[in-house]
Amino acid sequence: MTQVLEEKTIEQHLADEKIAIEVDKLNLFYGDNQALYDIDMQIPEKKVTAFIGPSGCGKSTLLRCFNRMNDLVDIARVQGDINIHGDNINKPGVDVAELRRNVGMVFQKPNPFPKSIYENIAYGLRLQGINKRRVLDEVVEWALKGAALWDEVKDRLHENALGMSGGQQQRLCIARAIAVQPEVLLLDEPASALDPISTLKIEELIHELKNDYTIVIVTHNMQQAARVSDYTAFMYMGDMVEFDQTDKIFTNPSQKKTEDYITGRYG
Amino acid sequence: MSKKFFNSGQHWVWLNAGAISISIIMVVGLLLLIAVRGLGHFWPAEVKTFEVVEGSNTQTLMGEVHNVEHDVQDGLDRKQYLLKMGNRDVYGLDFKWINVKNIEQTSVDKDVVVVERREWGNLYGFLTSVTKDGSVIKNDVAALEGIVERANDLHEEIRSIEKDDIGSINYEIEQLRLEQRRLELEGEFTADAKAEIENREAELQQQFLSYQEELNKLYADIKRDSAEFTLVGGQTITLTAGNIVRAFQPNQMGVMAKLGHYFSKVGEFIFDEPREANTEGGVFPAIFGTVMMVLLMSIIVTPLGVIAAVYMREYAKQGPMTRTIRIAVNNLAGVPSIVYGVFGLGFFVYFLGGSIDELFYPEVSPSPMFGTPGLIWASLTLALLTLPVVIVSTEEGLARIPKSIREGSLALGATKFETLRKTVLPMASPAMMTGLILAVARAAGEVAPLMLVGVVKLAPTLPLDGNAPFLHLERKFMHLGFHIYDVGFQSPNVEAARPLVYATALLLVLIIILLNIAAIKIRNSLREKYKALEQ
Repeated sequence: MTQVLEEKTIEQHLADEKIAIEVDKLNLFYGDNQALYDIDMQIPEKKVTAFIGPSGCGKSTLLRCFNRMNDLVDIARVQGDINIHGDNINKPGVDVAELRRNVGMVFQKPNPFPKSIYENIAYGLRLQGINKRRVLDEVVEWALKGAALWDEVKDRLHENALGMSGGQQQRLCIARAIAVQPEVLLLDEPASALDPISTLKIEELIHELKNDYTIVIVTHNMQQAARVSDYTAFMYMGDMVEFDQTDKIFTNPSQKKTEDYITGRYG
Repeated sequence: MSKKFFNSGQHWVWLNAGAISISIIMVVGLLLLIAVRGLGHFWPAEVKTFEVVEGSNTQTLMGEVHNVEHDVQDGLDRKQYLLKMGNRDVYGLDFKWINVKNIEQTSVDKDVVVVERREWGNLYGFLTSVTKDGSVIKNDVAALEGIVERANDLHEEIRSIEKDDIGSINYEIEQLRLEQRRLELEGEFTADAKAEIENREAELQQQFLSYQEELNKLYADIKRDSAEFTLVGGQTITLTAGNIVRAFQPNQMGVMAKLGHYFSKVGEFIFDEPREANTEGGVFPAIFGTVMMVLLMSIIVTPLGVIAAVYMREYAKQGPMTRTIRIAVNNLAGVPSIVYGVFGLGFFVYFLGGSIDELFYPEVSPSPMFGTPGLIWASLTLALLTLPVVIVSTEEGLARIPKSIREGSLALGATKFETLRKTVLPMASPAMMTGLILAVARAAGEVAPLMLVGVVKLAPTLPLDGNAPFLHLERKFMHLGFHIYDVGFQSPNVEAARPLVYATALLLVLIIILLNIAAIKIRNSLREKYKALEQ
């Protein structure tokens, strides 16, 4: 019985999950350089999926395809489809702002706006035209609680967010992202600029958040990937080398390259 | 040893320190010079009496020593005093050089009275009699001050009637004339309209006549009192009280009295209108004009420059085209300002202003309303002149906003425009203020282009007054920078006006500093608010 379970392929696993993001033959070019090669993958809903791989392998680039952040790079060109809950986000006429409201993102370096903590979280709501004080108050409290930050900042909501510590700032960015209630949350190395304790808090938070959100996380830190994720994708030189359950990737990878990487032979 | 010294770079440090010291000394020296020369002017100087022997004739001269000059020739020091004798109406000139060698005797007479007059400059002499209401009253300076005070009150009343009341009647009559002309041009000048306008005009004429009557009474009243003075040469002069601004006895004044006199003079300088072809009185209209023009310029240049910079940095595709435009903008900052003046005259005044007159105010023809130099054109010209500064510094500010902040905003579902408006522009606002500070500093000191597009020696009315629409942008205005030039080099009495040149220069510098401090304060508070860039 155990034997059978272990031999279940990734396809079989995914067949049991609801799929949030489906990537179909995705190629990405920066000018003449190809950065992603024929990526095919399915990201399950309300699970944590981690992208690992050496620097420059394209994992952040792939992540930024999911909310079309690559549009900001003039020379970037994308081919292929990405379906999020069935809608192809790469087809012409997609409202990018609407897409980004549904697919939140947290960046490597904490990037709070130079406004108060309260205004940082209200930012996304105000963009949607929600300006009622009562609604905003509620959402701010809810989001800060969701990001495990409420107790620390409830007395200084109207102070400048830049006065917080790095870890708090990053959790504020997460709170800011969940305040608009996205379906997917993209985390681009969210803990790489933080100290171990803050990192731990972020990881605990990710555990909490996966009950409500589909989370895709890019990380350099393999232990982190192993700790927080359900599924892990290993990327190398723009290729999706292996995508499987996290346990499988870290204990019994099927590809030589993956094994080399997680055992520290490069990267 | 010396090799070691040079290798350590110490000589560069010394060189840099030296350069900075020289710059600071020059700036401080400049400020000190204009401060001392300018502020000293209002201090009541001692009036001395000199017995001067020239050949066989002896002369008694009285006045303030205005300047001392050493003319060393053939080893002989010929020291000369420049004496301000005043009494231009009697002597024909109010300054005279006297050779110190020829001075037999110097004395200080306690009873000397200095009278500032509305005409002919100062009078230095002795009070002989004060006539009040036809009868000679007690002959002392207190009595003189009494009649002067009364006359000054009357003068103020006359001025208020002439300028404010009659001024606004004239303005309204002019408006009526324009309305009539407009109706005529439109062919709607019906009998009704004619009657209406004539009615209102008659009403205004009626008011005017009543004011005129009041004025006549006041004019007669102000001439009622008079005072008689004897000069050192023995001549007598009778002045009506209305011709006296103030009278004082500098040789009897204590320090406190002198201080009081000093501050009242400084107050007059700052808050009053000029008298006697700008060589006496105050410079208030020039201060007002300068500040007004700078504010208008700021209001015009800031949005224009910011919008241009935002387009260039945020929206335009970066390439050879934007590079060329950027170079062109930078070079625009190097165009001599008089060229802007010529452009302003040709484009703004004659073309734009002329077109506005033709299209919207055909009734003012043949005398132009907007098609002549004025405040709005001067502000526009200076806005054009300072536009590059604002564009460049705003662009730099925009370039400094970290990409991560923009991405943070976009990732929350903001459009590019929302990101700009809610995050990027507020964060770049200190840079915009820096641009504005530089623009203000440059614009406030600019004179050459203004002479072509709106500044005049003496503006009869301020651009802001009680007649609707209150702000008259088409009016000509006075400016401190031009005032300096005019007083210093175009006035009939250059010698007397020179201290005023320094005082005005000091005032101009102070106003520029004040405007700058205000802008810097705003910038610093903005910086404090958006201090994200350090991270």
